[in-house]
Amino acid sequence: MTVTFQLPGFLRTFAGGAREVRLDVPGRTVEDALRALAERHPGVSSRVLDEQGAVRRHVNVFVGDLSIRDTGGLETPLRDGSTISLLAAVSGG
Amino acid sequence: MPTTLQIQVRRGDVVVLVGTMKGAFLFRAGPDRARFEMGGPYFPGHSVYALAHDGRAGRQRVWAAASSMHWGSVLNHSDDFGASWTTPEVPTVQFPKGGKALAGIWQISPGRADEPDVIYCGVEPAALFESRDAGKSFQLVEGLWQHPHREQWQPGGGGLCMHTVLPDPKVRGRMVVAISTGGVYRTDDGGRTWAARNKGVRAEFLPDKHPEFGQCVHKIARHPSRPERMYLQNHWGLYRSDDAGDSWKDVAHGVPSDFGFCMAVHPHDPETAYIVPLESDGFRCTPEGKLRVFRTRDGGGSWQPLGEGLPQRDAFETVLRDAMGTDQEQRAGIYFGTRSGKLFASRDDGDSWTALATGLPPVVCVRAARV
Repeated sequence: MTVTFQLPGFLRTFAGGAREVRLDVPGRTVEDALRALAERHPGVSSRVLDEQGAVRRHVNVFVGDLSIRDTGGLETPLRDGSTISLLAAVSGG
Repeated sequence: MPTTLQIQVRRGDVVVLVGTMKGAFLFRAGPDRARFEMGGPYFPGHSVYALAHDGRAGRQRVWAAASSMHWGSVLNHSDDFGASWTTPEVPTVQFPKGGKALAGIWQISPGRADEPDVIYCGVEPAALFESRDAGKSFQLVEGLWQHPHREQWQPGGGGLCMHTVLPDPKVRGRMVVAISTGGVYRTDDGGRTWAARNKGVRAEFLPDKHPEFGQCVHKIARHPSRPERMYLQNHWGLYRSDDAGDSWKDVAHGVPSDFGFCMAVHPHDPETAYIVPLESDGFRCTPEGKLRVFRTRDGGGSWQPLGEGLPQRDAFETVLRDAMGTDQEQRAGIYFGTRSGKLFASRDDGDSWTALATGLPPVVCVRAARV
């Protein structure tokens, strides 16, 4: 299964400047895709997930237009061709 | 993103490291400390609660803990005073799998001079990390993490943080740390075992005012050549220890309030220390609208206000726990920053002050060194 990650500006620094990263994912879930991303670009995944593997509180992960917070979290299923957007939440000070 | 100003630091300069809630700044001046120029912001948009200069083993390294609300906390370093930074791809300070997640780095403490590759980090949730390879990797200090008191430590307003890490420059294996709120702990065996060292320090916010642990220590400052002498700014309370923390004596003599956050010791005189009292925990601002540093020259027997050059009218300022530092000059430079983004410097032991900057983001960390 192939998925595409879309990266915001800050995270592109850790992916050689790429806006998108296409990956072959051995698995079916967002967690599987993030694991594959960690192998290719550990600097990206370590900023999306904390060291215990949880999505950081102020990071949003979307599959298509849906936040994984509403679709099963890291267990959210993917389809071949899914687009995963990694975005900073609007929180800030 | 903003344009980052760069500075050219020369050998013999005095450098002031300033961490703010929106990035880090470096200030440099020549040996006379007459005119400072500013570099930064570095890590714009990140809070930088911990900075350190490491001049051991021929290095000129600046460490910076940059924390993004979104992307986590990372320990970075620069060997050219901010012209370039090395950021690890994967953060080097991380809890072991199956445990907690790092919330922030509150303190960077280079180890003893004769262990130039040892560096410590105090973090949130309250824990100590140690590097023995000059910061390439860090390990959790399990002896403190497994302490039976740990489950009873409670977060203060800033979170459950280890904000003070003081390796003893003379007694090998001894180190003092402070946690808000947990209190003071000391190891004498290199971190394997730790004991609470809060005797005499009160906990105003608990029914038992003198518990074994649980005090809300805000900062400890220690004199480098007499490490058993320490000063402690508590959440209510001002103390001195002459026995490496075995006991603490109240030294709040003649201060407008014994509430405050920051504390610094003169680099050459263990009798001299500096604080900025705040009115109360309910109104955490300088009393009477006057920004005054208080200095003792007799080990806390008395404190005198220092206000020359500081705003003395309508100045309701807050100076946070790590926002004061000193250089190592004989006539010491004392530096502090306020939550309203003002940075002040004295080059005469605190007798007079000048503003180095007035429009920074909220200042949370100040360190200084001759390089």
